[in-house]
Amino acid sequence: MMKSVKKHDRKRDERFAFAVIKALSLTTALVLLLIIGYITWNAIPALNWQFVAGTPGDPLNTGIWPMAVNTLLLVVLTLAIALPLGILAAVYLKEYVREGPFVSVVRSATENLAGMPSIIFGLFGLVFFGKMLGLGWSLANGTLTASIIILPTIMRTTEEALKSVPQSYREGSLALGATRWQTVKKVVLVSAFPGIMSGLMLAIGRVVGETAALMFTLGSSDRVATSLMDSGRTLAMHLYMLAHEGLSVEGAFATAFVLVVVVLAVNVTAEMLANRALGRGGRQIGR
Amino acid sequence: MASLTLFPKAGNKASAEKRTERIIKGGLMLCALLSVLVVLLITVMVFKEAWPAIKQQGLLNMITGTSWKPTAAKPRFGLLPMIAGSFAVTALALLIGVPVGLATAIYGAELATVRVAPLVGRMAGILAGIPSVVYGFFGLMVIVPAVRLLGGTGMGVLSAGVVLAMMILPTVISVSEAAIRAVPGEYREASLAMGATKWQTIWHVVIPAAKSGIMASVVLAIGRAVGETMAVILVAGNIPVIPKGLLSATRTLTVNIALEMGYVRPGSLHYSALFAAAAVLFAFIMLINLSVRMITRGGSR
Repeated sequence: MMKSVKKHDRKRDERFAFAVIKALSLTTALVLLLIIGYITWNAIPALNWQFVAGTPGDPLNTGIWPMAVNTLLLVVLTLAIALPLGILAAVYLKEYVREGPFVSVVRSATENLAGMPSIIFGLFGLVFFGKMLGLGWSLANGTLTASIIILPTIMRTTEEALKSVPQSYREGSLALGATRWQTVKKVVLVSAFPGIMSGLMLAIGRVVGETAALMFTLGSSDRVATSLMDSGRTLAMHLYMLAHEGLSVEGAFATAFVLVVVVLAVNVTAEMLANRALGRGGRQIGR
Repeated sequence: MASLTLFPKAGNKASAEKRTERIIKGGLMLCALLSVLVVLLITVMVFKEAWPAIKQQGLLNMITGTSWKPTAAKPRFGLLPMIAGSFAVTALALLIGVPVGLATAIYGAELATVRVAPLVGRMAGILAGIPSVVYGFFGLMVIVPAVRLLGGTGMGVLSAGVVLAMMILPTVISVSEAAIRAVPGEYREASLAMGATKWQTIWHVVIPAAKSGIMASVVLAIGRAVGETMAVILVAGNIPVIPKGLLSATRTLTVNIALEMGYVRPGSLHYSALFAAAAVLFAFIMLINLSVRMITRGGSR
């Protein structure tokens, strides 16, 4: 495999290769800085009280208040459904059954869900929750659809967090006479908590940024959803409509800025929690 | 008598506890089965809704049909322009994104100092978290005007490919970096001890050893690019014709669904044809998922 080349040439090859690698890595960093910098720079003029608290009804008003509330509602409701289900599913896979055909079927289904495009979830929500269950375009439909989307994230990060709980904790609890469920509830989940929360942060990011899956499930009404059957527009959907229809470039920049800030906050929190989990459990929490 | 020995302490605390445990275990299993159920439901839904169009038009006719005119007097439901569109933008995204992402992964895993290395993962995390619609908006405001300098409207294959290249970076970086890091240190030491340079070691030893993980990252990136909707819709021009070149407008399968599902009459042939587009997309994504599983399994053995 190794050709007989002179040492001088090999060193030169290496310098060249490393220079290319460094330049391309720098490109990645520049892409990230450019996106965040460009959006922040252009959003500054539009960031004012009117933008935060106003509603888009008035033509001169580009406020995002209803969209911010709808986004928050969607996130809270979605987590209320997907978090317990995802955690319990992961507990079953990790604490109750051995690796086997059942676990591998569930795992491959979960992987399939994780790799499914948003638009497919949108169609599923439209037909199943919207048409068959009669939820139409509503907060209820959007919540259920988004729950399915983040289920794999929560399951995977919870499984990783459970893996990092030392076996001796379980043995200690069981030896004291606690049942399996008591052990899970009072010992294992408590110890896995930071890791699970780190996954929760990633899930929040996913819901906040989701658009394609919500177009035909949550809809795009620009008022605050006051009931589960109301349609509502999230911030990401709002940005799409502003950009696609060219309604307000200023409003679009400001909305994009809010989304980017949320993503950064969520990422920083997730990493802090993952580090805490690392300190306690000793194993890396995967993304 | 038998019942007496089978259930000797029916009212007893220990047995009540056992029953509760059993019920809990059953409940947990149902939660775990949920993802299986959802995948089955999605599969059934997509193909059930797509069936009327496929039956009426013929699957082969739809896939090879070059004309998409759903609202014409004599409607046409050819999906080839959208299949070609998805293919074109994905191929371009890989061409740009994979070298950049792989280089970043190599840098993070092999070249960066201990202080800089975590930054690579952090960058990938943030890039992965940025919503697709933000990428689309950025593409619309920055990439499209830049491409316009080359001629045309700026919206088309090139713009969509560049935006998608940015979006697949985190997938390529994080999965490849993990694969490169998983290569045992002895491999490197053995190669260096034999007098190879660091670069020769990376190129001839580390990367071949991490091959399956790197391949998995590329396949995952294909899945992400093909499935992306909101970023592409803002920059691709969305005309349902087979793209002639880098600057011509294009429409992907995902965009086709997102653009028309909003106004289509449920139950109509047009509606069903959109689900047929979704079925093609779905089948492709399943193929991707399957290959990722096969690649990673082959690698771990």
